[in-house]
Amino acid sequence: MSNIAGYRRPYYDTQPPYLYPGYKSTVKRSPRAPLVHLPHTLSEVTGPMFGSDDVAPGDADLTAQHDAAPLGERIVVSGRILDENSKPVAHALVELWQANASGRYAHDVDDHDAPLDPNFTGAGRALTDANGFYSFRTIKPGAYPWRNHYNAWRPAHLHFSLFGLGLVQRLVTQMYFPGDPLLAYDPMYNSVPDARARERLVSIFDWERTIPDIALAFRFDIVLRGRDETPMETSRS
Amino acid sequence: MSLITTASQTVGPYVKIGFLPLAVDAIAPKDAAGERVTVHGRVVDGDGKLVTDSVIEIWQADAEGRYAHPEGAKGQPAAFRGFGRILTDGKGEFRFSTIKPGRVPGPDGALQAPHLVVTVFMRGLLKHLLTRVYFPGESANSDDPVLNLVPADRRGTLIATVAAGSKSTLEWNVIVQGKNETVFFDF
Repeated sequence: MSNIAGYRRPYYDTQPPYLYPGYKSTVKRSPRAPLVHLPHTLSEVTGPMFGSDDVAPGDADLTAQHDAAPLGERIVVSGRILDENSKPVAHALVELWQANASGRYAHDVDDHDAPLDPNFTGAGRALTDANGFYSFRTIKPGAYPWRNHYNAWRPAHLHFSLFGLGLVQRLVTQMYFPGDPLLAYDPMYNSVPDARARERLVSIFDWERTIPDIALAFRFDIVLRGRDETPMETSRS
Repeated sequence: MSLITTASQTVGPYVKIGFLPLAVDAIAPKDAAGERVTVHGRVVDGDGKLVTDSVIEIWQADAEGRYAHPEGAKGQPAAFRGFGRILTDGKGEFRFSTIKPGRVPGPDGALQAPHLVVTVFMRGLLKHLLTRVYFPGESANSDDPVLNLVPADRRGTLIATVAAGSKSTLEWNVIVQGKNETVFFDF
């Protein structure tokens, strides 16, 4: 019924399900009734636009938000935001939040017995450039325990939030670090059925962007949904 | 061969750190034209418990049905951005103010009834939910192409109700699971 070009739906098994009992909180926080298939209308192919008014200079450097430097291993995290058609997503808002180097969040509900760092809040923002490139400077977050199951630990991760051009490109994900032994045991990471899609959540050590004497670097490219070139026919939905 | 969209992961329990800096609960500026409304409600999980760590994001057109977006502006800029982001409070409640949007084009040249698009994030959601809020007493609801895709007995979950005492205050709840579960879309 739609006669506006929509965005493509995810490939089979490349996104996690709503109900994944290995991650306990999904059991009571996932819908049970069938979802209603929504053809994309103008309301879904448009979406909020952000710009330089929303991002202050320095927002992309999480190591320089306080009087002194935070504790931890300084890292550069950068990459490109592309759509499925390999087109860069320019001037897109990228939000990042994370735990400190000890694995503790600057949040009132985090009661993990690890020190807060008065010099680390753990939130940043950036806009992609015309080529879809973004870059943050931060510290490597620590792993931390959670109550999902006995002796459960989250692998070190950064939370990423992305806005594309259309609302149905909206994405919130997590970036992991290469070689982390906790990934094999993490229900969130393993909730993505397709192995290749899962492995794409792991960043790559980025030798070219290391800063000598200052910071190591990791690359994390993110792909948002791609748009169809032509409207879908009524009968196919 | 195209690239594969990056997998979604939950926002987790500490989403406030990341989302609070750009939180917006007054979506339309004071001088924006249109019928002013306040929408409030609760987010409830499958145990009937209030969800205190969720975030809802709103996307809407202005009173003339213009989206602040290159494809949705009808040649004239929209009156405001149309983006809201509200974190539920310690009681699992949210509240935002805006103006009722105008009608926007739907399929086959038809117009859609006024609606807000709502995205829901929380710990326990590996990917976000998408739903809509329609307005009570709106005659266009009966012809809305999206509302009509929803089984009739569940359509009510997408239509706000007039809160007691004030015509401009609407109530609309997000029931994630169970009795009166909100309709969510496969998008």
